Amino acid sequence: MSTLEKEKEKDKDKVLLDVSKLPTFGFGHRSPMWWGTMCLVAIESTVFALAIMSYFYLRSHAGAWPMSGLPPDLVWGTVNTGIIVASMIPNHFAKRAAERLDLKKVRLWMSVCMLVSVAFLAVRVLEFKTLNTHWDSDAYGSIVWMLMALHTTHLITDAYDSLVLTVLMFTGPLEGKRFVDVSENAGYWYFVVLSWIPIYAVIYWGARL
Amino acid sequence: MTAPRLDAKDAAMLEQTWRDPPGLIGWFSAINHKTMSLRFMITTFVFFVLGGLLALAIRLQLAGPDGKIVGADLYSQLFTMHGSTMMFLFAVPVMQAVATYLVPLMIGARSVAFPRMNAFAYWIFTLGGIMLFVAFFLNVGPDAGWFAYVPLSSLQYSPTKRVDIWAQMITFTEMAGLMEAIVLITTILKMRAPGMTLNRMPLFVWAILATSFMVLFSMPAVMLGSTALITDRLVNTQFFNPLKGGDALLWQHLFWFFGHPEVYMIFIPPLGFISSIVATFARRPIVGYPAMVLSVVATAFLAFGLWVHHMFATNLPELGKTFFTAASLMIAIPTALQIFCWIATLWTGRLNLRTPMLFVLAFFVILLAGGLTGLMLASVSLDTQLHDSHFVVAHLHYVLMGGAVFPLFGAFYYWFPKFTGRMLSESLGRWNFWLFFIGFNLTFFPMHVLGLQGMPRRVYTYPAAMEWGSLNFAATVGSFMIAVSVLLFIVNVLRSRRHGVPAGNDPWGAGTLEWSIASPPPAGNFEMVPVVHARDPLWEPKRLPSHVTGLANDYREILVTSVADAELDHRLWLPSSSLAPFVTALATTVLFVGSIFTPWAVVWAAVPVAAGATWWFWPKKDIVEQRTGSEISPYDVEVES
Repeated sequence: MSTLEKEKEKDKDKVLLDVSKLPTFGFGHRSPMWWGTMCLVAIESTVFALAIMSYFYLRSHAGAWPMSGLPPDLVWGTVNTGIIVASMIPNHFAKRAAERLDLKKVRLWMSVCMLVSVAFLAVRVLEFKTLNTHWDSDAYGSIVWMLMALHTTHLITDAYDSLVLTVLMFTGPLEGKRFVDVSENAGYWYFVVLSWIPIYAVIYWGARL
Repeated sequence: MTAPRLDAKDAAMLEQTWRDPPGLIGWFSAINHKTMSLRFMITTFVFFVLGGLLALAIRLQLAGPDGKIVGADLYSQLFTMHGSTMMFLFAVPVMQAVATYLVPLMIGARSVAFPRMNAFAYWIFTLGGIMLFVAFFLNVGPDAGWFAYVPLSSLQYSPTKRVDIWAQMITFTEMAGLMEAIVLITTILKMRAPGMTLNRMPLFVWAILATSFMVLFSMPAVMLGSTALITDRLVNTQFFNPLKGGDALLWQHLFWFFGHPEVYMIFIPPLGFISSIVATFARRPIVGYPAMVLSVVATAFLAFGLWVHHMFATNLPELGKTFFTAASLMIAIPTALQIFCWIATLWTGRLNLRTPMLFVLAFFVILLAGGLTGLMLASVSLDTQLHDSHFVVAHLHYVLMGGAVFPLFGAFYYWFPKFTGRMLSESLGRWNFWLFFIGFNLTFFPMHVLGLQGMPRRVYTYPAAMEWGSLNFAATVGSFMIAVSVLLFIVNVLRSRRHGVPAGNDPWGAGTLEWSIASPPPAGNFEMVPVVHARDPLWEPKRLPSHVTGLANDYREILVTSVADAELDHRLWLPSSSLAPFVTALATTVLFVGSIFTPWAVVWAAVPVAAGATWWFWPKKDIVEQRTGSEISPYDVEVES
């Protein structure tokens, strides 16, 4: 290419901004998917926070708390908290594998995540059985069941989301942005885990302390 | 210098790529943001008209003492339906509807983010609204007021399905509202044309950004509250039953923690309309752009500190109430600041008094009056006297109609040429405006006096001895003037969309990007995505580079830029049209409506919802395979900053 042609080429660059060399996906806050997920996290966090505030609002108006009967048994709730927190480990590796575009490891760690999901959903059933209150007993029972139901809904929907994504990672059709989906799905999973910790504290210890 | 254009073949391909599919199934599969937004606007407008007809029935009943047109039961349904329709099916969603049309055009984007979710939100909203009106025509219209206070709305005092319908209508509309907020936030933060830093973003876009964040943090409160209400009614939870440790005021807290920010979710987008209209018709940029942005953001924050001023008549601690009085007075400051900036803009500009501008000038008058009665109601002692009287009805209509509906009509006159390619008639516009303005004041000004004279809200009639008849008659006459004016607007729209004066790209000589493209815009909005160098790009000398090249014409490819400075980041492929959002919305409707009749609907109807959502997500092999060849991984390139 002659110098003159190069100059002409440069002039064209000045008129138009060429984006054809840009990547076709990006991770983390570069991706719109991250922002969508974060908005969802903001909404869900607000729901949890308001439900917890309602718990303490009702508690501040009650003579005795729990109003009747016993606080929830600690065993299964605490065991499940352990399982849920531990699920962050395969989740972390799945996220890391996705961000390295490592399909084999994504498949492996997402499968591990699915196994852990089965475990905490099973223990969640036992948790419901040992809450020592019913939703219709009194306002205490109602708010405890509301908190549990809200969080369990998140466990179920996120387990199902992850299942669909895991199947897709095995069957395809795959493209780069599916790794972004795995990464964001894992990010949302962190939220479901971390939001459980204050809810656990409220349900199991708010009725004791 | 003329803008560079695609050659005809590429432009046709771009149009083909972004166009909605033809046919009936194609109609339900549409996801183009402009298509969905127009449907959304029309749907909210239909609800506005229906809500208005309900209001006319109310006004007829109250026109004279001892009215016999409707009975107490139907009257309760009428005012509940009117309030719920106007708030949940019109005022908040119409702002989001307009925003999903204009935001991408103003920021130089080819679409909204998550176009399928945008379509899903529209269908959910529409189906929820249809459910409400079907229920009303089956005589199960909600009747416990638009804020459905317990214990009136509890099973004991409202034993039929009416309140359940109300609670599920909340679920539908708030779910749609939340999704639209996610769509708008992501669009605004990640899809602005290169060079459109936050500091160059049009004020309307700022208003929508602030509003959408408010939606995220306020709508969950009413969803949680209405869920607790419906479970109290359907499965005997005890949230609001004082006999079992529940508390009626908890409902009021949850409702107004949403309800007060909601007023500002209705009011802030019109601030953006006004900033657009004032700049164009004063023919100069808005004075004090940073002050305007900060005011909008401050209003959004302060709006969360006001909810208790709806509860001054309850037994809350007096010290707490003084805090909310202070906050209620404080929020007048950022609004006043904006009004001063607009006045300065108008003062120093060259005024062009067209119909959109008339509606904006009316805003100044009416909102000021509504704001001043708001300051009165912020005082606990005065509020205790005026609570639940027609004074409050007058106040809230001055604020909401003056603050939102007048600017909204102005906005329709202003952007209608962009939507349709034709101008609305100015002469009909003036009739529309003056009938509306005079009719509005004739309807609602007397209500201040009626309230001071002691006429309560929500009474279906009153005896002649109260001597409220003449003022009420005046209000009824005014309401019919408003009805005629809205009718003229409809005539104007129907006539002008076919026979109006062709508008061209930029009929008003405005400065923002939506006026740089054809009216109505092509399916992909911008043949070539612009590069932005100024706040009012069309009013500034052109600078280089002027446009982006290298985006695909044969896929729905968009440009993703950085949050603060809109620097190039990556390209992204948006999904194609799909029937799945509509089908999933139908399944979700079955779940929500079914749950009114049996809690098990939540379980069995979850299956079709999950199936629909999976179908929605599952990629199509042929489409993916077309694209993977041209993928570029983020690790293969160093992005220049």
